[in-house]
Amino acid sequence: MPKTDFGPPDYREMIPPIVRENYGKWRYHRIPRPGVLEHVSETGDVLSSVRVASPRLVSTDFVREICEIADKYCGGHLRFTTRHNIEFLVSDREKLQPLLDELEGRGYLIGGVGRAISNVVHTQGWIHCKSAVTDASGLVKSIMDELHDYYTGKKPVPAKLRIAVACCVNMCGACHCSDIAVVGIHRRVPRVNDDVVSKSCEIPSTIASCPTGAIRPNPKLKSITIAPEKCMYCGNCAAVCPAIDVMDPDTDGVSIWVGGKLSNARTTPKFSRLAIPYLPNHPPRWPEVTEAVKNLVEVWRQRAKPGERMGEWIERIGWERFFQITGIPFTEKHIDDFTHATTTFRSSMQFRI
Amino acid sequence: MDDRETPLLDELEEGDWPSFVAELKRAAEKSAMSADLLRQIERSYADNTGHWKRGGIVGVRGYGGGVVGRYSAMPEEFPGVKEFHTLRVNEPAGFYYTTEKLRELCDVWDKYGSGLLNLHGSTGDIILLGTTTENLQPCFDALGEIGFDLGGSGSAMRTLSCCVGQSRCEHACIDTMDVTHDLTMNFQMEIHRPAFPYKFKIKVSGCPNDCAAASARSDLAIIGVWRDAIEIDQQGVAEYVDEGFDLFNRVIRRCPTWALDWDAEEKRLKLTSEDCVHCMHCINEMPKALRVGQERGAAVLIGGKAPVVKGAMIGWVLVPFMRLEPPYQELKDLIVQVTEFWAEHGKNRERLAELIDRLGMPAFLEGIGVEPCPQMVDAPRSNPYLFWREEEVKHA
Repeated sequence: MPKTDFGPPDYREMIPPIVRENYGKWRYHRIPRPGVLEHVSETGDVLSSVRVASPRLVSTDFVREICEIADKYCGGHLRFTTRHNIEFLVSDREKLQPLLDELEGRGYLIGGVGRAISNVVHTQGWIHCKSAVTDASGLVKSIMDELHDYYTGKKPVPAKLRIAVACCVNMCGACHCSDIAVVGIHRRVPRVNDDVVSKSCEIPSTIASCPTGAIRPNPKLKSITIAPEKCMYCGNCAAVCPAIDVMDPDTDGVSIWVGGKLSNARTTPKFSRLAIPYLPNHPPRWPEVTEAVKNLVEVWRQRAKPGERMGEWIERIGWERFFQITGIPFTEKHIDDFTHATTTFRSSMQFRI
Repeated sequence: MDDRETPLLDELEEGDWPSFVAELKRAAEKSAMSADLLRQIERSYADNTGHWKRGGIVGVRGYGGGVVGRYSAMPEEFPGVKEFHTLRVNEPAGFYYTTEKLRELCDVWDKYGSGLLNLHGSTGDIILLGTTTENLQPCFDALGEIGFDLGGSGSAMRTLSCCVGQSRCEHACIDTMDVTHDLTMNFQMEIHRPAFPYKFKIKVSGCPNDCAAASARSDLAIIGVWRDAIEIDQQGVAEYVDEGFDLFNRVIRRCPTWALDWDAEEKRLKLTSEDCVHCMHCINEMPKALRVGQERGAAVLIGGKAPVVKGAMIGWVLVPFMRLEPPYQELKDLIVQVTEFWAEHGKNRERLAELIDRLGMPAFLEGIGVEPCPQMVDAPRSNPYLFWREEEVKHA
């Protein structure tokens, strides 16, 4: 029998000595420069964490390179953040500046800490996913080539800003609570290959997969039909039944959502809300998308109060002003007509005219 | 390989942000598989669509998941990615590594796969991208020899992940990394052998800042919290004020429940602790002077998920406070109760939140044996359509 169910490496064997010795004893932290966290323990120990950007999709050579750096300055330890940044953990203060110099010399971007744009959480895209409407890695690269000064702290922002990219509404990165979310969407009713349905799909589970009840059996063809007026192109049926195809390179595209957050600080967690229903899918640089994201960041950056997240700023100034200031047209697509729609309609006289 | 083969992707080597195309090319230098991947992606950039087939179940002996089967839809043109399966490898809690361990991982992956990987996937796994059906078992065996096991996929408990917790954060109310590791070891069967209606995600954050995004991304989120008063170092507060920190505008007026006030004469920050909702704002702003309280534990939120099928959810409070010390038995029992109820009543591809939405929260609470409490709701019901059980209704 092969060895199974032995679990991941034990974190206790992965953490550096300074972390082991100060585990649970950290007293406070400060940010001495962009991209560096300095944690002070009640034992008096000081740990500097240097955060650098990673493309997330990396080669083994890249991993060996960061290992070499960690061997030189960090006693052979490093970690990653939940947003795919690399963190070099420096316990020897003498080594901090030389590490920063080497990283900068090698072209790494140091940043993503505190009031900054951190790395972008994103999905697989065309690299590896069967249902990708667009390519997440390319979108992230294009967007962050424009916005990296907000990562490195070269340009300040009022608060942290979390961007996420998902190549379809499955939103594998669960980007529905990001300050800015970029999500690939379909806009046409899926095509059904009737000849294949009877051979490769289970009709009851295909019908049950539709959240709006748009799918009916088509007994004559031993297939199904999709009611176009009910379908909102989620693609769930296509995930269940390979005879259904929702991909359409000509009309698929990208939507942009704003104002989500998950921290409970000040205000409660929020969903991201629709800002732009559709932009064309234009690789390799997605100029319409990068321009739209840049506009959102700039408008927020110039107007928000210190410490105010995107969603908090929008709630303070009101969505009506948000659309006016950003120049984004408000359309019928912005008014919800799905499961929890009525909870989003305004029932007060507190609005700006 | 010849650079001119990929003119579209080449554009993404320009610019200051680290380039995934540069990484693809580095891998392509050594691996024919990665070279064909690069060509297929270039084709996707030209055609505006992906070129992967749907479906395809592959695996390793003894496991029902942990491997995602992937086949090129254009195998004649890109034979190197005819089979391009992914291994989801369970990360060590907190994403800490020794360079020795990472190098061992790279050696295995260069031998058996494309040499490309994600550090990390959205759920938390190390994603080893691209190997053949033939290489899956030997690759898994080699990973086992260096101490890496697979994570979850399909309708299973998925790989857990957590924030950095007490290993490097003064806010952590619980030992997130230990909770994550302990639960991972406890639920190996559920992670490796899909037997649920759909995926089930668990994530652990050390405080209400929720840096692991647990409440949005997990069916069951464990989030650290305290229930006594915030610890105030008055001298520390005075130092902030003396250094010109705008205490009123940055902290006091931004407290969501007006729980803070400043006594200018005595130079004391006053806290009305029963008004505090543990939002973390004041602590985030003044980490040198304010700390989370001493009576620490965790809240459990359920139902967080992405949109498909019936809409996105942010998790709902199920347990407002639970002590969390090894062996975490109360938490483990709760997870079993929740997943068993869901496995029994959930339909195929119905996430926990959707089941609760369909059956009603009261029925769910009764089913798992959890008493209702006011922390579970933003506000009580505003409609009069109450359900009564026969035994509750007595004639006057």
